[in-house]
Amino acid sequence: MKRRIGVIAGIALTATLALAGCAAGGSSSSATGTNATIEIGSVYEPQNLDNTAGGGQGVTEALSGNVYEGLFKLTDDGKVENLLAKDYTASADGLTYTFTLQSGVKFHSGAKLTSEDVKFSIEKVLSDKSQSARKSSLAPIASVATPDDSTVVITLSGRSISLPYNLSYVSIYNHAAKNFTKNEDGTGPYELDQWKRGSSLSLKRFDGYWGTKAKNAEVVFNYFADATALNNALLTNAVDIVTSEQSPDALSQFTDNKDYTVTDGKSTTKLLLAFNDKVAPFNNVLVRKAVSSAIDNKKLLSSIWGKYGTLTGSMVPPTDPWYEDLTSVNPYDPSLAKQELAQAGLPNGFAFTLDTPNYDPHPAAAEFIKSELAKVGVTVTINTITADEWYSKVYKAHDFVATLQEHVNDRDVVFYANPDFYWGYDNPQVTQWIDEAEQATSTEEQTALLKKANEQIVADAASDWLYLYPQIVVASSKLSGYPVNGLNSQFYAYDIVKK
Amino acid sequence: MTTYLLRRLLFLVVTLFLAMAVLFVLLRLLPGDPANALLSLGATPQQIAAAQARVGADQPVLTQFGTWIGQLVRLDFGTSYISDLPVGPEIAARLVVTVPLTLIAFLLAVIVAVPVGFIAACRSRRWYGLALSALSQLGIAVPVFWIGVLLITAFALQLRVLPAGGFPRDDWADPLDAIRSLALPVITVAIVMSASITRYVRSAVLDVLGSDYLRTSRALGATFSSAMWHHGLRNASVPVISILGIELATTFLGAVVVENVFALPGLGSMLLKAIAQHDYPDIQGILFVSTFAVLVIGFLADLAQRLVDPRLRENVSGNLSDGGRRS
Repeated sequence: MKRRIGVIAGIALTATLALAGCAAGGSSSSATGTNATIEIGSVYEPQNLDNTAGGGQGVTEALSGNVYEGLFKLTDDGKVENLLAKDYTASADGLTYTFTLQSGVKFHSGAKLTSEDVKFSIEKVLSDKSQSARKSSLAPIASVATPDDSTVVITLSGRSISLPYNLSYVSIYNHAAKNFTKNEDGTGPYELDQWKRGSSLSLKRFDGYWGTKAKNAEVVFNYFADATALNNALLTNAVDIVTSEQSPDALSQFTDNKDYTVTDGKSTTKLLLAFNDKVAPFNNVLVRKAVSSAIDNKKLLSSIWGKYGTLTGSMVPPTDPWYEDLTSVNPYDPSLAKQELAQAGLPNGFAFTLDTPNYDPHPAAAEFIKSELAKVGVTVTINTITADEWYSKVYKAHDFVATLQEHVNDRDVVFYANPDFYWGYDNPQVTQWIDEAEQATSTEEQTALLKKANEQIVADAASDWLYLYPQIVVASSKLSGYPVNGLNSQFYAYDIVKK
Repeated sequence: MTTYLLRRLLFLVVTLFLAMAVLFVLLRLLPGDPANALLSLGATPQQIAAAQARVGADQPVLTQFGTWIGQLVRLDFGTSYISDLPVGPEIAARLVVTVPLTLIAFLLAVIVAVPVGFIAACRSRRWYGLALSALSQLGIAVPVFWIGVLLITAFALQLRVLPAGGFPRDDWADPLDAIRSLALPVITVAIVMSASITRYVRSAVLDVLGSDYLRTSRALGATFSSAMWHHGLRNASVPVISILGIELATTFLGAVVVENVFALPGLGSMLLKAIAQHDYPDIQGILFVSTFAVLVIGFLADLAQRLVDPRLRENVSGNLSDGGRRS
């Protein structure tokens, strides 16, 4: 018996040592410089590869700018620059835009880029089947003409000063390609190598790229369902960089560690306490202001993100041109809150149900709001729901009193111009200013009008903008050239260099 | 024997069909809309309608079911509503991870748990028998993800001898690499499985130890080992085989927590995601495969029990060999 145990233990030990001995340590390649493979870790896997067919945030992160390009691109600090459009002119009445395309641009399949492809791509976004998030912002486009191979003429039904910005989100597809949900044929510095759903998406450098070639040979997006598993992968060098750190608690492993660099950039994701402005009691502006003033947003932000994140006091993030710090308009002041409640005819407070999505950070924020509002006599009942239920109940049916939700896009203050949007804010003056802003003749005019609109929206306390998420990128200290601001989740990988 | 096999095959097909019919109807009765996963904030009412048309919720349920069964007999599982990828090849890609994980963990658990359970039963009054029993209780009580996290912290983060998670991109092209990725998940699953199996083995062996026939055998002069080998073990293994079948079947999909902790692209995490998004083709495909697996495992367990226990066998007329009659 003892001898047999000894033999078994010996075999087990040998097996363990054999396994451990083989290539212990990280699995990332040892190539550096232009032959490097960059392993990226993310939680946003694309649902499919076509952002007009419900591909989701993951498509913007992995493919925009890397595999697909638009006529324009949005840089990391929020500026719109020419990309596939070498140049453009707008007519005096602002209804006709003429774009000249870059020459010598080839798709990954070898086909040449022509105006036909641009027309096809824009019409793809506008089609009846399109699930593109940008479809409504491109609605002013009346027609797209292609007088010759390198010229595109877009005719608008009304002025739209944001057209170049909106076009930066339209990926240019090869009109002859098929099955965009599974395959790609773009003009970007990378081509798709392999998409292993649930696991990884790898891109390899396209040597026929028309512009400056990518600084690395291959980029692999590794997808994780669990934030801890993602951080462990970074700690063991299975990935080199995490695009957006999800859990503030895990940061301490990286902040004082010289092997890693933690960057705090600007995101465009806002956490909102959205009131149903059409339904009592939140159809009364005084009640909305009171609730906004009863919640200490600063304390909430620091309890979730510590020293990271920003308070903006409005829907507008700092990277939008019409940003202003409006935190003083509905300041944290419980006695002011009680006064406003009394003025609204609710001196003893009231009760409401808060529909809360079940994923982080909404449950924690909901609990905080509940305890803050209890101090001014307002009773909150937390109703936890799934993302799917949120879409059906809150977004489509508008069957709610108040809810929590994160809004990811930049330049989305324009949602407040639509009285049928889920939060039901209806101020005709604001709608007029926002419509006029879009029809402005200069960006200065647009900025001035949107600032006015935003100030009114905040004065009306249409929603309570709790905080702006930080964009925390954690990378191995050997890496440089990665984007630090998460504008709409785009992640350009072509400048990343691994020492 | 052939009638038995044919009967079992018929049973398998009918059960599978009924299970799939129930699943199909239930999925469509539950609240929730597959189209929601395709939408974004800012989707217009027209886009909402287009998404619903795309997921094909417009046809009557019976027609949808007929189409699906027609596809199934050709082993065509259809296409995912969300990813537009064919369901069959994707399930196959996930099985490449889940099947080895489940089988190796199962083998490891059986190799460890059966002797341990046996010792815990035979030496139930000695200190080490009690200790083994207590250890198995602990193994059942501790959550599986905690064991996983502990193993990751020790072997991946501190000692750096195994990866913290993930599975090689080229699957089993480099078998050693794949085994290294599966090592910690396999041990995690095996620990929990063996704790459970130990308890059942211990209980079955204790039953046998107290039995009349064992005492009679000893009284007639057999040694303890001989009595156990010829009489005891076969009797003890019948309930244990049932349990082994159940453990194997539940781990197939139940390893989803381990898959998340170790970032493994397995079947459980595919199912979880599909359920959250109401991706009916994915859900139906995965549940078909797993129901089939459960039925096959059940059949194999049944066969094994018949091999072990002659009283469970039938002769041609349907009479049991102990004189009873199976209806």
